[in-house]
Amino acid sequence: MKRLLLERALYPLLGLAVIVVAWQLYTQLYAVSRIVLPSPSDIALASVRHFALLLAQTWPTLGATVLGFVIALVLGIPLAVCVANSRVLNLTLYPILVATQSVPKVAIAPIVLVWFGFGMESKLAIAFLVAFFPIVVDTATGLRSTPPGLLELARSLRASPWQVFSKVQMPAALPFVFSGAKVAITLAVIGAVIGEFVGSVDGLGNLLLAANSQLESPLAWAALIWLSALGIVLFAAVALVERLVVPWGHSGR
Amino acid sequence: MAEVNSALKRAGTGPDPAPFGRFRDVRQSFARPGQAPLHAIEAVSFDLERGKLVSLLGPSGCGKTTLLKIVAGLMRATAGVVQIEGVDVTEPQPEFGVVFQTANLMPWRSVLRNVLLPIEIRRDTGGAARAAALELLSLVGLAGFEHARPAELSGGMQQRVALCRALVHKPRLLLMDEPFGSLDELTRMEMQDLLLDIRARTGATVLFVTHSISEAVYLSDRVVVFSRRPATIADMIDVPLPYPRTPELRYCATFTEIGHRAGRALGVSR
Ligand SMILES: Nc1ncnc2c1ncn2[C@@H]1O[C@H](COP(=O)(O)OP(=O)(O)OP(=O)(O)O)[C@@H](O)[C@H]1O
Ligand SMILES: [Mg+2]
Repeated sequence: MKRLLLERALYPLLGLAVIVVAWQLYTQLYAVSRIVLPSPSDIALASVRHFALLLAQTWPTLGATVLGFVIALVLGIPLAVCVANSRVLNLTLYPILVATQSVPKVAIAPIVLVWFGFGMESKLAIAFLVAFFPIVVDTATGLRSTPPGLLELARSLRASPWQVFSKVQMPAALPFVFSGAKVAITLAVIGAVIGEFVGSVDGLGNLLLAANSQLESPLAWAALIWLSALGIVLFAAVALVERLVVPWGHSGR
Repeated sequence: MAEVNSALKRAGTGPDPAPFGRFRDVRQSFARPGQAPLHAIEAVSFDLERGKLVSLLGPSGCGKTTLLKIVAGLMRATAGVVQIEGVDVTEPQPEFGVVFQTANLMPWRSVLRNVLLPIEIRRDTGGAARAAALELLSLVGLAGFEHARPAELSGGMQQRVALCRALVHKPRLLLMDEPFGSLDELTRMEMQDLLLDIRARTGATVLFVTHSISEAVYLSDRVVVFSRRPATIADMIDVPLPYPRTPELRYCATFTEIGHRAGRALGVSR
């Protein structure tokens, strides 16, 4: 088990090291302009030099992402419960949900901007919008795929509807909820960045755009890498919570 | 239904006017879209005496599970009388314990909490239940596994947990649907002795579904043999072997003879 964990961490890191070294060699050997493609060392240097700035710009992005994700959870799970338990609601809402899903999120961003302005609210709204769908759909799917044997057992014990929900349906759906949440947190980061791209005054996405327009490519790349790291950390956090809450089975992903 | 009921009451049929369980002309058919309805059970009548172990023996797909679910109150019969202690069964009763064809354990609960589920659903808050559950678990040889998760257990161990869960609230009627069907021969024989032991201690009435002739004969006071679908009663055999039953009985003449008779009723031996 320990060995497996080590291997799973070791091989990706080795792969990453190979890519970084090749990249560094390429930019140096061919004297690539640092505006076109900064070398890993340029990026690392920019990261260190602008550490305070990058850190300061991380908070708005992180805040919008996490808040959007949490609101999506808080609103999405109850909605999924309604959709899963009511035929009428399911027939009414499900097609609408799927339809809204086909709207490209980047295209809504300018409209959201008109509603909420350049502050935190716009990116939060977009992060929420993209995180909402996978949470609702996966939770509803989980609630609907309760093993029929367990439902029958509950019935034979004369469990009340609330007991069936809280003791059977919900725990059985938890692996699905987390599978949706892991997709949602990844999408929420993207949503927040879209918000910052379209119009905002702060955040890593905003910094990336600004650095890019001033031809400060190393800083733009540093912001990009910070964003990726942010996504990875948030995903890992959700996966960790999953391990704690659902120790009996992982959704895998 | 009500008419049949009262007619039977007036007639006061049979030697025992109020057996523990009484089933008369039970029928079950399932509607099938675009086809004639499927008749699963056709006019099945028998009695279940208090404290007895009665087996329902029949080929796969003949309607044994269906009948058991009807008795459990999980399904309403299309027609007929299904009474336990003189009361029509229309929904699951608290004093029933059901063991299903599969263990049906909750993977998120420990073994102990799986066993305690019926108590929890009943909001029975007493330390006594926990002690009873622990005692049952050690009785079935699962002491030390209380806090394990079902996924860490073998199939036979899971089925034993399911048995404990069905027994924890001390049911007067135990309904078992091929509970040992998926176990290997050795474990199965162990579980049979265990069941007989538990029944001797609790005095519960047991309705036991199986498609194994030897299992039915070894366990039962009486074997009800079903025909192929639609199920009717092909034979009803009282087993005169004394309890407690021991594995040696499997080789005695009476055992073989009864097995033979059941086999004839099933159409598998002459
Ligand atoms: N809910 C249902 N709807 C329609 N048909 C059903 C339903 N339940 C059972 N049947 C049919 O009734 C018949 C009897 O099924 P049942 O499950 O009672 O068989 P069984 O005797 O328990 O078989 P096995 O030994 O294989 O478990 C089968 O033909 C099955 O297809
Ligand atoms: Mg069956």
